[in-house]
Amino acid sequence: MDLILDGIIKALHLLVSLDREVLGITLLSLAVSGSATFVSLFLGISTGMAVALTEFPGRRFVVSLINTGMGLPPVVVGLFVSILLWRNGPFGFLEILYTPAAIVIAQAIIATPIVMGISLAAFQHLPKNLRLQILALGATRRQMLWILMKEAKLPLLAAVMAGFGGVISEVGASIMVGGNIKGYTRVLTTATVMETGKGNFDVAIALSVILMLLAFAINAFLTWIQQRQRPR
Amino acid sequence: MIMAASETTILDVRDLQARRGGVTVLDIPVLELKSGEVLSLIGPNGAGKSSLLLVLARLIPASGTLRFKGQDIHRNTGVLDYRRRIAMVFQEPLLLDTTVFDNVAAGLKLRGMKRREIGDRVIAALAQFGISHLARRHARTLSGGESQRTSLARAFAIQPEIVFLDEPFSSLDPPTREGLIEDLHRILKETKTAAVMATHDRIEALRLSQRVAVMKAGKIVQIGPPTDVMNRPVDEFVASFVGMETLIPGEIVRAAAGTIIIHVGDGQEIEAVGAFHPGERVVCCIRPEQVTLSVGGFPSGASARNIAPGVVAQITPLGLFYRVSVKSGFCISAFVTAPALDELSIEEGKPIFVSFKATAVHVIKS
Repeated sequence: MDLILDGIIKALHLLVSLDREVLGITLLSLAVSGSATFVSLFLGISTGMAVALTEFPGRRFVVSLINTGMGLPPVVVGLFVSILLWRNGPFGFLEILYTPAAIVIAQAIIATPIVMGISLAAFQHLPKNLRLQILALGATRRQMLWILMKEAKLPLLAAVMAGFGGVISEVGASIMVGGNIKGYTRVLTTATVMETGKGNFDVAIALSVILMLLAFAINAFLTWIQQRQRPR
Repeated sequence: MIMAASETTILDVRDLQARRGGVTVLDIPVLELKSGEVLSLIGPNGAGKSSLLLVLARLIPASGTLRFKGQDIHRNTGVLDYRRRIAMVFQEPLLLDTTVFDNVAAGLKLRGMKRREIGDRVIAALAQFGISHLARRHARTLSGGESQRTSLARAFAIQPEIVFLDEPFSSLDPPTREGLIEDLHRILKETKTAAVMATHDRIEALRLSQRVAVMKAGKIVQIGPPTDVMNRPVDEFVASFVGMETLIPGEIVRAAAGTIIIHVGDGQEIEAVGAFHPGERVVCCIRPEQVTLSVGGFPSGASARNIAPGVVAQITPLGLFYRVSVKSGFCISAFVTAPALDELSIEEGKPIFVSFKATAVHVIKS
């Protein structure tokens, strides 16, 4: 019990004193996972929308592919991104392995199918004739797509939350392509793994608490956006 | 002579064809709509009513030409401009996830109209459809009737030149529907908006439209003023669809001075009017409201009447009326009010006389 209690006290101290290293790790985590989520929103929502609104041969296959992608194991992503970015790999010339950019790429690959799958379902769930009704109201194609996005706002925000939640808590790919380099690619999850391994439970607990608070704060914010203006 | 405004053609369609999955779902060689005219499309499900509306609104692709006020609306040119001068209302209200006011404003916002003007137009449209008090309500909290009123107000707010209505009342309960039909009728008249409305309720079609088109398998089988279509259907399909409940096949045996005698089997004959020749095979169509029943027979020589004895086969309540089916060599239906049913003490299995005028028989070639 002492172990946990001490850990929590130390953690609170680290949080309150705004420890420079902990702060740096937290900010990097936010920046990396935030960018990855942002990239995944562009790719996921646009592709999800395109697949939901068009008919083409093999569409069912594409949909099941996307749904499978939602459960992509991070370590597998980490492995392939590592291979691709390896010095002798096809993208080795970029020299970005073990940099924050590599983590963003890996996390974006993890988050994109999640966002894509949820947006696909969101757009498919809209009434069949809604698109025609919006066009009949005199919308251009672009205006129509924008209104559809507003109509699917709730599930799309759920997609953002799921995507961000998936990558901020992910550790396998981050450690493989980032390398957990102190002050450079060390994020909350990789630091927690390392500190736990070293037996520094107090620091590990502090990092975990920050991770949970962060996830909670972001989700609370998005939920607030999602739920406001809802009729009683 | 100055041509009346209602006589100008607003929509002119030629050789319209739409295919889906290799099957022709729509085949309309000619269709015209005059400005201010209300045209109803009736027909069974799958007849192509909705497809025709979508094609006319240029919302789904089709081959052929569509001219709006003489201007050819192509797949690529002028479609947006055309769509901004028309409106469409679907069976489902398809409201956006916002307030009633913003829903009615939607079309105007898309046109980039100024806020003040939008406000004025929305207030007017809400008042037109009697839903001013709902302006601040969220669309999701509305009843079915309120939602459809909002959808109609949204369509009329843009002051369309043509409005396409795809069974806008079919999911509403009878009293709600009644009120809304009345309001729509008044607004169409006031605003002189041309309209094409799909419906499978012929009463709706009768009340609202100047012309009715009966559709079957993607084609218009008959088009004309409602009374024409209702009383002079061109074939058995249209006849049964417009409420000609009794269809009796037979053969012309005599024809003289516009009067024809049709042999309908079992030695029975029906007298009707029309230009047919002996030997032609025909179908006699009779509306149930034009058939009268009597227990003791009819005075002979009352007028040019067809009178036949029969037996009551079935009595079906239809709200205000009862439908009495009589078997008399052929089967014939009559509408009877409840008091008349009592007075004649009509019961199933009871012998009875049916009678209808020669002019009540519409004869079509079979």
